[in-house]
Amino acid sequence: MPQELNYLKETPSQTAGPYVHIGLAPGAAGFDIYKQELGWDIAGPNAKGERIRVEGVVVDGTGSPVKDVLLEAWQANSEGVFAHPEDSRDVENGFRGWGRVITDFETGEWGFDTVKPGASPARGGTLAAPHINLWVVARGINVGLNTRLYFDDEPEANAKDAVLNLIEWEKRRATLIAKRSERDGKVLYRFDIKIQGEDETVFFDI
Amino acid sequence: MLKPAEFYQRDREWHPPALTPDYKTSVSRSPQYALISLQGSPSEITGPVFGQNDIDPVDNDLIKNYAQPGEGPIGERIILHGRVLDENGRPVPGTLVELWQANAGGRYRHKKDTYLAPIDLNFGGCGRTLTDENGYYYFRTVKPGAYPWRNWVNSWRPAHIHMSIFGSGFAQRLITQCYFEGDPLIHKCPIVNTIPDPDAIDQLIARLDMNATIPLDSIAYKFDIVLRGRRSTLFENRLEGN
Repeated sequence: MPQELNYLKETPSQTAGPYVHIGLAPGAAGFDIYKQELGWDIAGPNAKGERIRVEGVVVDGTGSPVKDVLLEAWQANSEGVFAHPEDSRDVENGFRGWGRVITDFETGEWGFDTVKPGASPARGGTLAAPHINLWVVARGINVGLNTRLYFDDEPEANAKDAVLNLIEWEKRRATLIAKRSERDGKVLYRFDIKIQGEDETVFFDI
Repeated sequence: MLKPAEFYQRDREWHPPALTPDYKTSVSRSPQYALISLQGSPSEITGPVFGQNDIDPVDNDLIKNYAQPGEGPIGERIILHGRVLDENGRPVPGTLVELWQANAGGRYRHKKDTYLAPIDLNFGGCGRTLTDENGYYYFRTVKPGAYPWRNWVNSWRPAHIHMSIFGSGFAQRLITQCYFEGDPLIHKCPIVNTIPDPDAIDQLIARLDMNATIPLDSIAYKFDIVLRGRRSTLFENRLEGN
């Protein structure tokens, strides 16, 4: 018998369930327990770059909004730098690049404020088009779903992006492109996520 | 510049698949197309960093963190502790562990929970902590109760605690549930049984840990958590010790 490899196995995932808010956003569950909840301020007060708001709804296979979903965002700053020790470049004081958002329980609409990320390092010394990494968990989702939000005002960068180009079906790439508009003088991007069915969003095994 | 080393790929046969019809809610919430597999890049290899300023020391004590002064929640007092490791067996230090649970009667403090078991005025049901330099964490809480849920007409969740773990990269992000040794409801549960491999289910069952009990005070359960491991030698044909 050959030697044992002795790697451990990753702990299996389980659904976040309907009460995920208690743990990760208790204010939304209806009670005040922590001095500060995490993830409501992605960019912080000192972040440079364009301030944007991202809004959307997550839709299930019946076409209905998923009202108990929780999303997390992970992004670089406007210069494409991640707030992480392995990125040797600095970010603005207070910039974390991570956020957490839940939906309006009545409508399923969610939204967060941040700055538009810059092009960030990709594999092989190339640059990725500006994007926000998203992670979607909810009741009925057994393993959190990873996707990416790209921006429709970055057509040239998107056309060169290695991850978008990895999606064999060009039509499906459009599911990852957020649409820019303005509301009350503020920049807004719309990004609806379809978990299943027609125009199903592309999800990644990362 | 970034010195990326990729995580080992996630073993999708160890995790539950997206579509698990006996867990009915998954039917309309599971993608029908295959996931697109990505090789790791900085977007996946990096992730948020948390520090002691983000939390309070009492956040890991669910017996105290929502109780009125001098009071405490009803229920079996337990310590839940263990280590966060990666698949290489290395500790994951300084990582955020968050948990949430029902009270001893099986009721969540949540607007949407209408189960007839009462709310416990002295129990919130959520906590969080950072692992220490050895990847160790602990919580003090009460053992949650089983409760009914609408899947089949007569479905009951085994006692469980939801846990959320970050790791050092966004690719390690994980939510899971911790069950308790000896609970006969575990293997009847459609959510547990979304996991195809019985050994993987066993990995979610915390074991009674008599050595860590506090005599005359609290029973202990040990629950180790494993996050994805990471290559440390070769990356894109270049040597990259990390």
